[in-house]
Amino acid sequence: MSMNNEDFKGYRSPTLELLQREKAPVWSQVTLHTSRGDFSGLILPRSETADADHIVLKLETGYNIGVRHDTVSSIDVQGRKVANYQIPEKEFPFDPVKPRVKLFGTGGTIASRLDYRTGAVIPAFSPGELYGSVPELADICNMETEKLYGVFSENMGPEQWMGTARAIAAEIEKGVAGIVVGHGTDTMHHTAAALSFMLQDSPVPIVMVGSQRSSDRPSSDAAINLINSTRTAATSDIAEVMVCMFGPTSDKYGLLHRGTRVRKMHSSYRSTFRTLSDIPLGKIDETGVTPFRSDYKRRRQDNQIKLNAVFDDRVSLVYYYPNMKPDIIDSLVDNGYKGIVIAGTGLGHVNKPLYPALDRAREAGVHIYMTVQTMWGYVQMYVYETGREIMGLGVVPAANMLPEVAYVKLGWALGQTHDRDEVKRIMLSPVNGETTEREPHNGYLLFQGGIPEVDEFISSHWK
Amino acid sequence: MDNRFLISDPWLRQPLPLFGELSDQDYAELGFMCGLEVHQQLLTRRKLFCRCPAGCYDKNSHQAEVLRHMRPTLSEMGEYDGTALMEFKTRKEIIYLLNNDTVCTYEMDDAPPFEIDDVALDRSLAVAMLLGCNIVSEVHITRKQYLDGSIPTGFQRTAIVGTDGDIPYGQRTIHIRQISIEEDSCREVSDQGHVRTYLTDRLGMPLIETVTDPDMKTPREAMEVGQIIRHLARSSGLVRTGSGAGRQDVNVSVTGGTRIEIKGVNNLRAVPRLVHNEALRQRTLVGIKGELERRGVTADSISDQGYDVTAFVRGTDCRFIQKAVAKGATVMAIPLPGFQGLLQVQTQPRTSFLKEFSDRIRVIACIDQLPNLALSTEDVPTLSSGEWDRVAKACGVAADVPVILVWGRKRDVQTAVSEVAIRAREACAGVPQETRQALDDGTNGFERILPGADRMYPDTDLPPIRLDDQRVDGIRVSLLPAPWERAARARDLGVGQDLALRLGRHRAWPLFEHLVQRLPEGLSALTPNGLASLLLDREAPRPASLVAAGPWWEQVVDRIVAGEIIPPGVWYGEDEPLPRLEDDEARLVCREVLKDLPQDLPGDPARREHVVTGIVMNRLKGRYPGAEVRAWVADSVRHQGQEDRS
Repeated sequence: MSMNNEDFKGYRSPTLELLQREKAPVWSQVTLHTSRGDFSGLILPRSETADADHIVLKLETGYNIGVRHDTVSSIDVQGRKVANYQIPEKEFPFDPVKPRVKLFGTGGTIASRLDYRTGAVIPAFSPGELYGSVPELADICNMETEKLYGVFSENMGPEQWMGTARAIAAEIEKGVAGIVVGHGTDTMHHTAAALSFMLQDSPVPIVMVGSQRSSDRPSSDAAINLINSTRTAATSDIAEVMVCMFGPTSDKYGLLHRGTRVRKMHSSYRSTFRTLSDIPLGKIDETGVTPFRSDYKRRRQDNQIKLNAVFDDRVSLVYYYPNMKPDIIDSLVDNGYKGIVIAGTGLGHVNKPLYPALDRAREAGVHIYMTVQTMWGYVQMYVYETGREIMGLGVVPAANMLPEVAYVKLGWALGQTHDRDEVKRIMLSPVNGETTEREPHNGYLLFQGGIPEVDEFISSHWK
Repeated sequence: MDNRFLISDPWLRQPLPLFGELSDQDYAELGFMCGLEVHQQLLTRRKLFCRCPAGCYDKNSHQAEVLRHMRPTLSEMGEYDGTALMEFKTRKEIIYLLNNDTVCTYEMDDAPPFEIDDVALDRSLAVAMLLGCNIVSEVHITRKQYLDGSIPTGFQRTAIVGTDGDIPYGQRTIHIRQISIEEDSCREVSDQGHVRTYLTDRLGMPLIETVTDPDMKTPREAMEVGQIIRHLARSSGLVRTGSGAGRQDVNVSVTGGTRIEIKGVNNLRAVPRLVHNEALRQRTLVGIKGELERRGVTADSISDQGYDVTAFVRGTDCRFIQKAVAKGATVMAIPLPGFQGLLQVQTQPRTSFLKEFSDRIRVIACIDQLPNLALSTEDVPTLSSGEWDRVAKACGVAADVPVILVWGRKRDVQTAVSEVAIRAREACAGVPQETRQALDDGTNGFERILPGADRMYPDTDLPPIRLDDQRVDGIRVSLLPAPWERAARARDLGVGQDLALRLGRHRAWPLFEHLVQRLPEGLSALTPNGLASLLLDREAPRPASLVAAGPWWEQVVDRIVAGEIIPPGVWYGEDEPLPRLEDDEARLVCREVLKDLPQDLPGDPARREHVVTGIVMNRLKGRYPGAEVRAWVADSVRHQGQEDRS
């Protein structure tokens, strides 16, 4: 039989030559005779990121092992068994009385399957596939899906933000009960901020969702997050851009975070998303949405939405550190950047050696905004002399806007105008809670483990 | 009863043979085959995939709880695993109890794994080599799905390190199919209704699992081979010992049956009775299959139609049904035409075929208040005969047709009805593929559907681990010989057979091997046999570890060889052995004792001699050879006897 490289998926020299010589392509059932004994099983594709020296063998018991090419003296090929990896597809049932929800995919793993070339998981997405893996969705709505992108969230950027905003606006104008956006979690809060600015006064909920444990794991949070976000999109009265992810790490309820005040706060916890300097909009479980507040934008019956999908990507976010040299700012100016958001220390400070560089930046027409790297609280540049000096250099305090949100908003503002006062007006006029007039005391709650009363509280509540 | 329903298979009509009543020949005729999966915790400082301390257990302390659910996912080959789907049907809420001292965010599945513990991996490779396995060149971490919640991720991280080994067993060899390294699971605290609770302290402990072929032909062989495998790893000092550090799964089949896995047998001595009873169960189910075939009952002829009979039993005097109905339970009836006389057949001691149905209802439908079913044709009092007649009529069957009644929450009862039908259909095929649970009385009960290769999935969180020749050879060089090889070596040195066998599997072997080199050639105050019995002295209070006690032992051996101390004196001193007494000194002590003997000595001279020798030896504190003392005492007692007579 003739073989091409596809028959040896992922194998490279020297193992590739061995398999070709022995006529043992992937999915062959074989016995490998080696200097460490005989091994029998099915040859699987090799991950492209793994080394080139080993054959991956699936044993009869389902385990995989690797056998190094130079231990193999010969290969007996006994047969062939090709894996048929497909999420069972079932037609998503249509129920005329149920609301229509549109799910946009940008990446991330709501339902997923294995990618043999990389060894990673790739998302599966059609309504049929979703229904096959999360049949509960059919109890909530009639679902349609559209794949916009298939990227990990770190590869989402202005182009994708604008594309997603346009797609959502078009769908809303057609008339839909709600929008769900599947997204990788790493930069979900950047996209949530972008959509909050680009899509204003939505008549329906726009709910972003992802998973912290990929859906190829039995303990995945993907299904519950998807169910929660779909229920929110279908039924919620809150018509805002929201992030819907686990509240506690337990399978209890999801939280609905305003798209401009939310941030990923842990690299791996399920309960990683938190609303900062404020409280979430509400929570969602199988009984529906429970708002925590009443000052949200409500669902309307019209199909009107303001789309303003613009972005100037000559913007940077600079995380200040002691001993930062002015050349960091200079190089941004020299490279044509038009906007800089600084995440300053404390109430919004940087060191003196940066002053001339900041002055030069302003002279060059660069818009500079100050946020705080403490994450919680306001910029307040009057308290210390340093702050007043920095403001004197044209740096504008951005109140309690989160640094990432300020970055997104500045790009969006510069996409509309470069007029200094107009940019400032846009930046300091809140679209939807990115700056707030007051910070409630329970907007900052980081419990400190080890304190007896805290530990006692934790022990009596779902973590 | 209709003649059609007389049971023809003599096996089903006789009482079950008790454990111990069957000969090897009888087991051979049953087609008995048994294989083992021996789990042992590796001796490491840390857990396998995180840096939590290993071997710290505290079942009484936890500071937080997490609640999770499990959903089935596709296997690498694109299939859903049957067990996974079964567990999904149970709709269990899983609660994990977390103790800060023993678990971190990894165990609670809120952080990805750290790299595998190298000490654990090396030790698993060492055991694989002791078992004569072929060592893989690349270790692939695989996820083995467990949807019962016993692992918060829903899968166990596990990896094959070796395949195809052999161990000697009498004149035969037992084939080792594979050895894997894996993380241990949670300890179950409770399982009631739809809530199952687990302790997480044991979770993530490094384990090795040694899997044999089904080479064992009798229940006794299963136990003995298990002992050999456990001793092999224990004697090498590579694994933990003590309660909970080792357990095994036993696979049993008979002709016409199927491979049944009995999980979590802690004590090897429990194995023979368990596997005997499982063989009986399978043979009985094969018999029932034959009867059903003869009666023309097929899987297709069994309906999963249940009948809501709540209204008919509302006024019943049957206490447990009455109570359930009062609490709002739904009662449903499932007729099983063709099963006449079969549901009461004994499958195991004190256990009838009906329990197979009850178990499924308990585990899958989560109706766990026993009794959880009632049978119309059973002798125990349940509904009145009038009520049963009405139930039969509601089901549209004759009164002699067995009807099973289940009650509980409506959704659970519906699951129960479909499980009864599923189990009845499986009866037409003989022995369903199940994982079963060992019970204390030597019988076993249903745990879950037997998982297959479909529950395996490559772990995308960790790259494969390359095992270079240098690493493998390094471990092989430092390998201690297997117990049977050690025993042979000890015998060659002149150690007696029994002592050699004990020494071979004892942790003191490295110490023996080291110390025996200090013994002079030829005649000496300490022979290799003497050294072995000294090291294996059950009274020995000192650590038998070469590292901990090496220099101390060297000094002891040298002094014995030099005649300064004698072996019994080794254990008498607080730290240092007491030196040997001169003959005169010893005689003096002996004489003092003999002068002042207690009044209540036994009359029988032999026993009297024994007791007196004991007293003298105690006083001498091992400073003088027992044989000499015994001679003196014998002499004195005989002498005394003569005095008494005169």
